[in-house]
Amino acid sequence: MPVNILMPALSPTMEEGKLAKWLKKPGDAIKSGDVLAEIETDKATMEVEAVDEGVLSKILVPEGTENVKVNTPIAVIAGDVEDATASAGSEERAESAPPVVAPAAQSTGAPASAPAIPAAPKSAAPADAEIPAGTNMVTMTVREALRDAMAEEMRRDADVFVMGEEVAEYQGAYKVTQGLLQEFGAKRVIDTPITEHGFAGIGVGAAMAGLKPIVEFMTFNFAMQAIDQIVNSAAKTLYMSGGQMGCPIVFRGPNGAAARVAAQHSQDYAAWYSNIPGLKVVSPYSAADAKGLLKSAIRDPNPIIFLENEIMYGQSFEVPEIADYLVPIGKAKVARSGKDVTIVTWSIGMRYALNAAAELEKEGIDVEVIDLRTIRPMDTATIVESVKKTGRCITIEEGYPQSGVGAEIAARLMTEAFDYLDAPVIRITGKDVPMPYAANLEKLALPSIAEIVAAAKAVLYR
Amino acid sequence: MPATRAAPATKAARKPAAAKTNLPVTPPATFTKEQELEAYRIMLLIRRFEEKSGQMYGMGLIGGFCHLYIGQEAVVTGMQMASKEGDAVITGYRDHGHMLACGMAAKGVLAELTGRRGGLSKGKGGSMHMFSKEKHFYGGHGIVGAQVSLGTGLAFAHKYRGNDNVSLTYFGDGASNQGQVYESFNMAELWKLPVVYVIENNRYAMGTAVTRASAQTDFSRRGISFNIPGEQVDGMDVRAVKAAADKAIAWCRAGNGPYILEMQTYRYRGHSMSDPAKYRTREEVQKVRDESDPIEMVRNRILAQKFAGEDDLKKIDADVRNIVNEAAEFATSDPEPDPSELYTDILVES
Ligand SMILES: Cc1ncc(C[n+]2csc(CCOP(=O)(O)OP(=O)(O)O)c2C)c(N)n1
Ligand SMILES: [Mg+2]
Repeated sequence: MPVNILMPALSPTMEEGKLAKWLKKPGDAIKSGDVLAEIETDKATMEVEAVDEGVLSKILVPEGTENVKVNTPIAVIAGDVEDATASAGSEERAESAPPVVAPAAQSTGAPASAPAIPAAPKSAAPADAEIPAGTNMVTMTVREALRDAMAEEMRRDADVFVMGEEVAEYQGAYKVTQGLLQEFGAKRVIDTPITEHGFAGIGVGAAMAGLKPIVEFMTFNFAMQAIDQIVNSAAKTLYMSGGQMGCPIVFRGPNGAAARVAAQHSQDYAAWYSNIPGLKVVSPYSAADAKGLLKSAIRDPNPIIFLENEIMYGQSFEVPEIADYLVPIGKAKVARSGKDVTIVTWSIGMRYALNAAAELEKEGIDVEVIDLRTIRPMDTATIVESVKKTGRCITIEEGYPQSGVGAEIAARLMTEAFDYLDAPVIRITGKDVPMPYAANLEKLALPSIAEIVAAAKAVLYR
Repeated sequence: MPATRAAPATKAARKPAAAKTNLPVTPPATFTKEQELEAYRIMLLIRRFEEKSGQMYGMGLIGGFCHLYIGQEAVVTGMQMASKEGDAVITGYRDHGHMLACGMAAKGVLAELTGRRGGLSKGKGGSMHMFSKEKHFYGGHGIVGAQVSLGTGLAFAHKYRGNDNVSLTYFGDGASNQGQVYESFNMAELWKLPVVYVIENNRYAMGTAVTRASAQTDFSRRGISFNIPGEQVDGMDVRAVKAAADKAIAWCRAGNGPYILEMQTYRYRGHSMSDPAKYRTREEVQKVRDESDPIEMVRNRILAQKFAGEDDLKKIDADVRNIVNEAAEFATSDPEPDPSELYTDILVES
């Protein structure tokens, strides 16, 4: 009985990939575990293994084909009669009757991931003061922008080095350090064992001695193993030494929820680190800001927490072609101007904000969106300026509500813009629960466009 | 209770010196027909279950991370065959095999992988986070190395209660480098806690070969400075695992403190589902599959010793496939959790 081999989804966010190579040809006998083909995504090359026994009877998608959607049949395996009852039969059943109750998002092969929030629409952004008129722009992903920022700073300053798990030979768990080992060698691009507390401390010590480490955490969830060195050693040394000894270090990596990785791997640490004097906390949204802010962070003489987002890595943006593009730390950006209500957010929160703004525009509500970019020190002036105009403010973050960044913004507005507020500040946050695994619950646990739209109407009393 | 320092009596029972060679110190156990068949059945169930999981992941029915145990089946199988009711088990995220070997239902595990209400954690935990109070399985942990201290705490509880149960604490070669492992080793030996540290050395931590991350690659010696005995075990041979487990567990039950078993094993599949597969050669993987597959090894022994014929084994295969297919049926037809579950189980309501 013939069984279709489908284009597999080998990562939670994968929607399509390239069929790079066939390793078997029609007529070949196949047994479970044989590598049939190699596929490529923007992140990695992966192998497709057989789970069925039989004979490869037909290749449906030739090698070299790009953009093969997940779940497209790519080949047919003919099982022999015996296998049809013992093994292939079951696979066939699973296939010919696809699970009926599978939630829609799952059957696309991109289970309830960011696709819930579509990429942000192009908006009426005010001219960017940081980019001179007439500058040539190039399109690149956030991942490439981050890599370029590190490479440029490493070329510029021999004291800058990168270390972390899988950053060198593997080219980065999320491919952010791709190519750095090849250019800078193993002295400056260093694979560590899985020992976050230890290598964070080694980084801090090296920084105290004057080097400029970039410490990558595979994700910030694992930085909890190292948080004592970050808070007690990196953040406080300058103060405790009476200003003699600083700690020029960047801790960077993906922060917040990815997709379906559940409670221990899906937490937003923006509020945590923003609580600590002696740290700067940066979290860019666009590729241009990712590049300009990371370069500034590497040059900054202080410990910087640089919070990236896995879902944003593959997103493309225009980046100015400027030899040494720096974005100042501590400056928010008005990403969309409007007059009715101010939304303040950062990183992936911008996607929610810009989508909600587009939605609200249809209903005649004109939203101003502020991309905070730096959480600490917070650019209160830009927020207050906007609220003076709109009289209303909504904050968006994926982190928890209690003592969140939104709570801080609300408190600042209360003291600095009380007379201008026409409605209470509303915080849209991740729900006050650990991140659940189930697709439907995960979606509920995260902020939604609908919640933001409802909040905007509420503060406008509509 | 920490005050129960090493009494002179315990000191007298001086332990064997830690292994200094790569050769297992304990000879493989001799298995009866029943034991060979039991081992075959459990390992095959794990293998088929994992193959099904991989396939369902490819179809988008399972999301996030999904770490398969294929190739390592003999480790947990041999350990479980040596344990008794009440012994605690804890491991990391590569946990499906451990749960099946602990007797947790394939249906419940697979429905957790698909995030359905009938999953072992009601769909809230997913592949990496599952537990069973009934089977004394304490997870399922996503943070590399965290289970080592937790497993030591499970042993602390056994000793505190004065029972003779042990804690079987599993972790990888990569996890072995985490600092809390050594903090735990020290306290476990200091307080003579009944914990068997089972280091599953599958030669890689994601894309990092053991030699690139470890100054001491003989993991059985990782306890030497704490006086914890250890040995290296052929983790592909379930009889070798069982024999070493018997010895280590007996050591712990007798109140001698912890024991380290380095299981030399191999993971056939990628680290998780997305794996660049560039850090090792295809030939290397194929060689292990061809020459030391744990299931083939048992199968060949069963046939050679005429413990069962091809037809009997086919029947076991069919039974196992049935279990897995029924689990898959359930895991795809069971509904998702009720939305109200989002806010339950955060604190114990009093
Ligand atoms: C504290 C922490 N750091 C990093 C990770 C990411 N991570 C998950 S598994 C893994 C490799 C672990 O390898 P090993 O301990 O050898 O176990 P194996 O996967 O081989 O079973 C890494 C780095 C994590 N989950 N937790
Ligand atoms: Mg390993």
